[in-house]
Amino acid sequence: MLSRVADSLYWMSRYLERAENTVRQLDVTMSLMLDTSGTSAGARWQRLAASLGKPPDIEWNGDLETMASRLIFDELNHASITFCLDAARENARQVREEISTEQWQRLNRLYHQMHSPHAVTQFRSSISDVLASVLDGIHLFKGVTDTTMIHGQGWHFIRLGRYLERAYATATLLEVYQADLFSAPEREHSGYQYLEQVGLLRCCTAFEAYCQVYTADLTPDHILEFLLLNRDFPHAIRYSVDGVRQAIESIQRTGGRRPPDELTAGVGRLSAMLGFTSIREILAGDAALFLHTIREQCLRIHELVYRYYIHYSIQSALAV
Amino acid sequence: MSAGHPAEVEALYGDYPLDHAFDEMREPDGQLRPHYRALAETLARLPQDELQRCKQSAELSFLTQGITFTVYGREEGTERIFPYDLLPRVITAQEWNRIERGLTQRINALNLFLRDVYSDAKILSDRVVPRDLVYSCKHYRRQMRGLQVPRNVYIAVVGSDLLRLNTGEFVVLEDNLRVPSGVSYMLTNRRVMKRTFPQLFQSSGVRPIEHYPQLLLATLRSLAPEGRPEPNIVLLTPGVFNSAYFEHTYLARQMGIDLVEGRDLVTHDNIVYMRTTDGLKRVDVIYRRVDDDFSDPLIFRADSALGCAGLFNAYRAGNVTVTNAFGTGLADDKALYAYVPRIIRYYLNEDPILPNVETYLLTDEKERQHVLANLDKLVVKAVGESGGYGMLIGPHSTARQREEFARQIEENPRNYIAQPTLDFSRAPCLIGNRLEPRHVDLRPYILFGDKVNIVPGGLTRVALEKGSLVVNSSQGGGSKDTWVLE
Repeated sequence: MLSRVADSLYWMSRYLERAENTVRQLDVTMSLMLDTSGTSAGARWQRLAASLGKPPDIEWNGDLETMASRLIFDELNHASITFCLDAARENARQVREEISTEQWQRLNRLYHQMHSPHAVTQFRSSISDVLASVLDGIHLFKGVTDTTMIHGQGWHFIRLGRYLERAYATATLLEVYQADLFSAPEREHSGYQYLEQVGLLRCCTAFEAYCQVYTADLTPDHILEFLLLNRDFPHAIRYSVDGVRQAIESIQRTGGRRPPDELTAGVGRLSAMLGFTSIREILAGDAALFLHTIREQCLRIHELVYRYYIHYSIQSALAV
Repeated sequence: MSAGHPAEVEALYGDYPLDHAFDEMREPDGQLRPHYRALAETLARLPQDELQRCKQSAELSFLTQGITFTVYGREEGTERIFPYDLLPRVITAQEWNRIERGLTQRINALNLFLRDVYSDAKILSDRVVPRDLVYSCKHYRRQMRGLQVPRNVYIAVVGSDLLRLNTGEFVVLEDNLRVPSGVSYMLTNRRVMKRTFPQLFQSSGVRPIEHYPQLLLATLRSLAPEGRPEPNIVLLTPGVFNSAYFEHTYLARQMGIDLVEGRDLVTHDNIVYMRTTDGLKRVDVIYRRVDDDFSDPLIFRADSALGCAGLFNAYRAGNVTVTNAFGTGLADDKALYAYVPRIIRYYLNEDPILPNVETYLLTDEKERQHVLANLDKLVVKAVGESGGYGMLIGPHSTARQREEFARQIEENPRNYIAQPTLDFSRAPCLIGNRLEPRHVDLRPYILFGDKVNIVPGGLTRVALEKGSLVVNSSQGGGSKDTWVLE
């Protein structure tokens, strides 16, 4: 497949995943603000901004509605949901012939939905309705992606983008939250603490899944273990990294070239790190550093994919 | 009221003027033409809001499918849908037969002309076409001299513009031999039409056009370089900002070939490759939707970032087929157009089946004086332009515009031609709740590989503004489905 096409599919997928992540975190932050805990709205917003990777121009100004509107609709702000959806659609438009008509129509509809005056009206009456309809749109897109697109190299690039973005975003989120998670006095059950913990889980749509594994007994260790190391939960980092590994293996399998050792090793190392470390070991060491390492390795994998599949030099390609 | 005119049909028309222009649906005396009767009766039976509903659902379907084009020179809303008129334009088998034969003849002759001009130039030595007219054409490509093109096919993909005059006769207005566009609208219009009027469609006996992408692919394959039995065929697009980008993606998808941009291509040792995730892959046939000027910065415009450096040399070496060939714009130059009947007679020894529109060449002193004296009655066109740009429509112009054009004509007479303002045919369109006549043209799409192939139909473009004679999409035109009956 054309390198440019792979590039567009990869970024289309990353932008959609980013939009979805922003939607969920914004939704959780806003519902946490409803409760009058000790944490101020400003502090919560700052935490949201930090876990979105500290994008510029979303500093707290004291008014939740304008802040939320900016994070949803401001198409010039690179962190906004609309910007991410526009970018996803723009990427899709450049490879219109590679994706299915159903995929394109879902994405195009989502785009028109965000830009219609109706969206602003809906925002005034209920912000969470707007967020819910965006999530619906993204879920539909993912559904038709899996059911209507040929599961060839392009599809694997889409999966690569999705899981790499997810692993990176979840690591960022946990890095921001983990200090708060353990700072509360040991085993003190306050309602607010509970809400905070549920909030973190809900940022990863993980609350119900968590309860199935650990019951509703929320402890920081279990939460971190679940979001970091669970093998079967799609939003856990380990699952996402396994997704990255599978996508890269499939891309290598469908191509005719020998896979680059560096890339195989990089993905394998990250995957093994998550597969063969226990939560006790992580907590005994520096958890923040551990999460930071995951992010660094994700960036490294991105770079290697680019160097090998997208922006390779002509000389190296002709030499083969 | 006659039997063919139920009262409902009459009500739908309301104020439907008939005058000297040919009406596609009605005879001069108001009678329905027989091939439009089924359509008119179906429309009359529909409740009025049903028609509106159909129109809206059709428009929505174009928008969600992203069937849009880009308007240049506007900052906002650059993506628009191409206005679609619900009512089909109907052409009888007999009329089509003549069009088909006429276009086949014309394309064959023009291809022979290009081959001749770029090799021995006999037609110039025989003084049938003036030498200076050819060599002063801005689309003439010196680089093509003596170059052997695959199977001697210069123009594999053509879309000629036809008009119907008030005599009922079809004439050729222009031949688009460079990168004709619009075929995707022909195909999507048909799809929407089948969904909107399934029964009417079924009972009318309309000839299919849906196999166009397959024919195009076969045409491209037939032009592959020798010794490449499984050619890698690609469509070269200028990219997402081009007004016809939707069409490029549509055709690539329908043919199952890669859509490439210049930046995807590299040449090495006169072989063109595309960059894939699997390394470099050789390219054999390029269906080029990029103008000559932008195709290869080493040969043509050096400031072009859309093409591929080295493409022309690979083409010259015979390692890649590029179609349409370079320099074909020569034969659709609007001044050379005047010579096409002579070109047909010269190469084929036949009379042209489809006539030309009368054309004044402004390089001729006598004709120029006549044109300058009658600017308010004539249409003046710049020879190298398309898309309705660089045009003066005399009867609809202001004195200042005429002065401006007169000045430009005096300055560079070779750059302009003039034609009488044509009273071309009108077809019924749904305007509000009523049927009203609007001017239409017809662009059939012609493919030329092993032989000439024309899918029965084409794109009927409509000048949606009342009284307007300009059908170009960039100037507020729309389109409708075109039915050629069995």
